[in-house]
Amino acid sequence: MNVLFYISGAVAIISALMVVTRGSAMHALVNLIVSFLAIACAFWTLGAPFAAALQIVVYAGAIMVLFVFAVMILNIGNEPRRRGGLSAWIVPTILAAVLLVEFLLAVSSGPRAPAGGVVGPVAVGMSLFATYAIGVEIASVLLLAGLVAAFHFGVIPGRLEDRDG
Amino acid sequence: MGSIPTSHALMLAAVLFLIGTIGVLARRNLVFVLMSIEIMLSAAGLAFVAAGSKWHQPDGQVAFIFILVVAAAEVAIGLSLILRINHYFRSVDSDEVSLLREESDT
Repeated sequence: MNVLFYISGAVAIISALMVVTRGSAMHALVNLIVSFLAIACAFWTLGAPFAAALQIVVYAGAIMVLFVFAVMILNIGNEPRRRGGLSAWIVPTILAAVLLVEFLLAVSSGPRAPAGGVVGPVAVGMSLFATYAIGVEIASVLLLAGLVAAFHFGVIPGRLEDRDG
Repeated sequence: MGSIPTSHALMLAAVLFLIGTIGVLARRNLVFVLMSIEIMLSAAGLAFVAAGSKWHQPDGQVAFIFILVVAAAEVAIGLSLILRINHYFRSVDSDEVSLLREESDT
């Protein structure tokens, strides 16, 4: 179980380095997704399966979709000289394959908990909605503020008037 | 086969945070800056989860959930700001948008 943590940590570091060194935003995004998946694997080996699931669902799912759409709207992903064909995708593919092999090894070894013990979703939920209930309220206010601000900044003035008129 | 040493998990978090910092400092493209900030937030969450797993308490994962909320709000506002900047300046280069307002536009 320990070696799985180190493998996923190495994958996370390599793909994070690829993110900050890539020229094309789309290639960096693919590497960033692999990095988040590797961090999720690290969470799982640390005995935090709920955090691992959230990392995949929220980070690698929702936030990355936002990034992909933003990159497509900004049209910065397709510089012609950066279009390297297969070579740009080979490294994230290899890293993701390493994560897949790791996952298959973990599954095939049976339902074995990480050595450090598991803090399951039930304990997290009890703590979240009992001890940290005020934090949940503040987080909801923050998300509402983020929603309002994103809508305010996202609307280009001039286009809204066309729609209204 | 003992449990993973907390220091190793914290070291991984520190390295990831450092990579994100380098990305924020070195890249001029605002989208890359935002992606590097995501790496940094993720590394901070990893540190929290590692600390929570050391003492077998759920508090680390609760703090990670709050970091997740902050990251979601931050990326939504940041990307909408970048779209707005791209609309005004036709560029997402942070050197070209060092002014909050175009000088010719008033």
